Amino acid sequence: MNRLPRSLVAALAVVPAAALTVFFVWPFATIVSEALTGAAIRETLTRRGTWEIVWFTSWQALLSTVVTIVVGLAPAAVVARFDFPGRGALVGLLTAVFVLPTVVMGAAILAVLPDALDRTVFAIVAAHVVFNLAVVVRLVGALWELLPADMEAAAATLGASRWRVFTEVSLPLIRPALTAAATVVFLFSFTSFGVIRVVGATGTRTIEVEIWRRATQLGDLGGAAVLTMLQLALLGLAVAWSTTLQRRHSRALGLRLRSPRRSPSGRRERRVVAAIIGGTFVVVSAPLAALVIRSFSTPTGWSTSAWTDLGRSEIRPGLRVGVDPWNAIVNSLTTAIWATAFAVSIGALASLAIAAAGQAGRFLDAGLMLPLGTSAVTIGFGMLITFDVPPFDWRASWWLVPVGHALVAVPFVVRTTLGVLRSVDPDLTAAAATLGASPVRAWHETVVPYLWRPLAAAAGLAAAISLGEFGATSFLSRSGGETMPIAIERLLGRTGSILQAQGYALATVLAAVTVVVVALTDRLQSGVRPSGSRDRT
Amino acid sequence: MRRPRTNRLSVAGAAIVVAALVASCGDDDAADLTLVTYDSFPEADTSLNDALDRFTDETGIDVRVLVAGDTGTMLSKAALTAGNPEGDVMWGVDNSFLSRAIDDDIFEPYVATGIENIPDELTALVPNGEATPVDFGDVCVNYDIGWFAERGLEPPETLDDLVDPAYAGTLVVQNPATSSPGLAFLLATIDEYGTDGWQAYWQALGDNGVEVVESWTQAYYERFTWAGGGPTPMVVSYGSSPPAEVIFAEPARDDAPTGVVADTCFRQVEFAGVLRGTQAPDEARQLVDFLVGAEFQNELALNLFVYPSNTTVELPPEFTDFAVVPDDPRSLDPAVIDENRSSWIDEWTELVLG
Repeated sequence: MNRLPRSLVAALAVVPAAALTVFFVWPFATIVSEALTGAAIRETLTRRGTWEIVWFTSWQALLSTVVTIVVGLAPAAVVARFDFPGRGALVGLLTAVFVLPTVVMGAAILAVLPDALDRTVFAIVAAHVVFNLAVVVRLVGALWELLPADMEAAAATLGASRWRVFTEVSLPLIRPALTAAATVVFLFSFTSFGVIRVVGATGTRTIEVEIWRRATQLGDLGGAAVLTMLQLALLGLAVAWSTTLQRRHSRALGLRLRSPRRSPSGRRERRVVAAIIGGTFVVVSAPLAALVIRSFSTPTGWSTSAWTDLGRSEIRPGLRVGVDPWNAIVNSLTTAIWATAFAVSIGALASLAIAAAGQAGRFLDAGLMLPLGTSAVTIGFGMLITFDVPPFDWRASWWLVPVGHALVAVPFVVRTTLGVLRSVDPDLTAAAATLGASPVRAWHETVVPYLWRPLAAAAGLAAAISLGEFGATSFLSRSGGETMPIAIERLLGRTGSILQAQGYALATVLAAVTVVVVALTDRLQSGVRPSGSRDRT
Repeated sequence: MRRPRTNRLSVAGAAIVVAALVASCGDDDAADLTLVTYDSFPEADTSLNDALDRFTDETGIDVRVLVAGDTGTMLSKAALTAGNPEGDVMWGVDNSFLSRAIDDDIFEPYVATGIENIPDELTALVPNGEATPVDFGDVCVNYDIGWFAERGLEPPETLDDLVDPAYAGTLVVQNPATSSPGLAFLLATIDEYGTDGWQAYWQALGDNGVEVVESWTQAYYERFTWAGGGPTPMVVSYGSSPPAEVIFAEPARDDAPTGVVADTCFRQVEFAGVLRGTQAPDEARQLVDFLVGAEFQNELALNLFVYPSNTTVELPPEFTDFAVVPDDPRSLDPAVIDENRSSWIDEWTELVLG
């Protein structure tokens, strides 16, 4: 698959590279060069607090990542391998937890956790695990699903225990996806903002929180710029290491376009699978249930009026609060559709280019990960001062928001598809060439068909990321309608029990919309059946 | 979703190009204004927005509301774009940020027509007409009336009372490093005990079991006995929280469940101003005049839960019945706040959280 003509590889890479340059590198460079000063560097690097924050940020991220991966493997395996009633719903719920605004989920997780753990680092790790389970299940599941199940079966037939089958057959094969998932979870935990503020002990700060505090509350843009560079440098090292690992561990596999999922058989297997499904379901549905309960509760008892009045513009006679839930839903969905379209097209081109480009692909690969590791405030402010002169005065353009969401979603698209593309057996391509196919034709016939399934899975995640309003866009100025997360936060930030209950009702609606969107893309995914490809057994 | 509602369903690439063109040409039309504001300002569909529409009807000037984030974020953005602003008029800079706004030169000085209806103590904060005081409010300790009544305990009356062992473990406050009411309460204690005395007071507050959380939402909706079912019957919130509790009560009620400790109140004054670099300075000034006029000021209380700066405006009954306007609220010179904010916060963090 390295035989693609260079011009084609370059053509594939040009759109993702340009998008990254214009919407990430340029604003980033602009803001940093404007704010960074020698004095700020000295002051920040010699402040004791800086290094305490760096240390805390690093170890909590590492711990969160390890726990998330360990906890997430079992549900990833079950979802990839087995068919069971409610499978789609489980994946949807996991994703809903992933996208709900942290203000909302943080409060819900605190309600569920035992009081002794509230506002401790355990609460932070627990919240990171619950939030990011979807990342592990979706990224690892996307590759695991395509692995031939008969390899595992053969090992088992030869007398290997389940543990040996897992450690010696499955684990090495899913390692690229596992590294990818670990990288993403690490990036999210390292740059954690909402979780830290909502469930952490008072005064707990990650680098991201400190950047926000300096840039917005203290007006210390220089200090914020230094911290942004420091954060990016640390994460750059981590990402470079992981992309290398991912390449080293990826190997050609006899992928199937779809390994058939089966029902668990045998009493013991049924029990284990049921326990994993049950456990996962409890973990994700407990905070969601807390949401629903809060939408019905007031200081003086239960009430359904948050629901019956949802969408009524006069919340009290003659008094309107200007939150229109239906308009917010439409706005969120429209943004999500555009963001998904941008992310999937950019991500697909990028994955194909990276897979075909060899060494040079690594730069594009790592580059596309950078927006995940960059402070949202910094990029938001960067866009503000970069896109402010005609013909680039895009500050008020509606499409800047979906582009911003896509920036965060593209790495997920790449991570989901790349692992699969790299595992395509080069013998296949070689065989096609031997049969007289041109390199482009051979590539088109043997590699491209494997793109669609992971791409559909990635689309679900991209839509979810947009619905959850991740990243720099929360620091762009807005007009012309609120999205759901913004409407929710506005309701929850005000005094008055009816507004509070309505905030949680709207959060419940956002969760439901997410489950539906994810279920739809998953339906789409199972409907994808590439033509012109051969299934090898 | 930031694009104008009218072209929401337009198509793909064409839409991008068209929107970019529209966006870049929009500034040329001098009859349109953008009002930059903080995130609790409603974008549409309230009586406040209706008032803005009436301004458009009267003058033919369209007003778009642009939400820039919380007050600190809005200010940082304005500083970055000073001279080439995101909009024409800014609403909502408060006195703790006023010096920063003036130092960063984001406003074009203008003395509004109708300034004579605004009390002198408010206009005195902007002696050179850098901005116009548009509303004010107080950050005060709120208490759960029912909780105190049940125990036959009198609520505290002064800041001093809060360190009385009788009130041990009854107060939750916000981290001043990340929360605006938290900072206001710290400033109230600095006003009372001075720049060298507040440290001892906070030491005593800590010994008396004050709880510190990260944000207003956490304090009010998780820890406060009334609203969050939490363990703490006193919380730092707003002087206008009691009327809001009545107006948005579920089920409806006609008495306030919470009260305010007037001696703890710190005054927050908010300002509006013409942004330097606006393409439509005349229209922007007209808008500022409108913002301090009775028609708009009338709508402030029930929409933003602040008091109008215009003294000719009458307050709604909920405010006169349930809100406490302290006779002599605490305040500090904006320049002093701005100069010391960072070091006070660091010192407080070391002392209280350290």
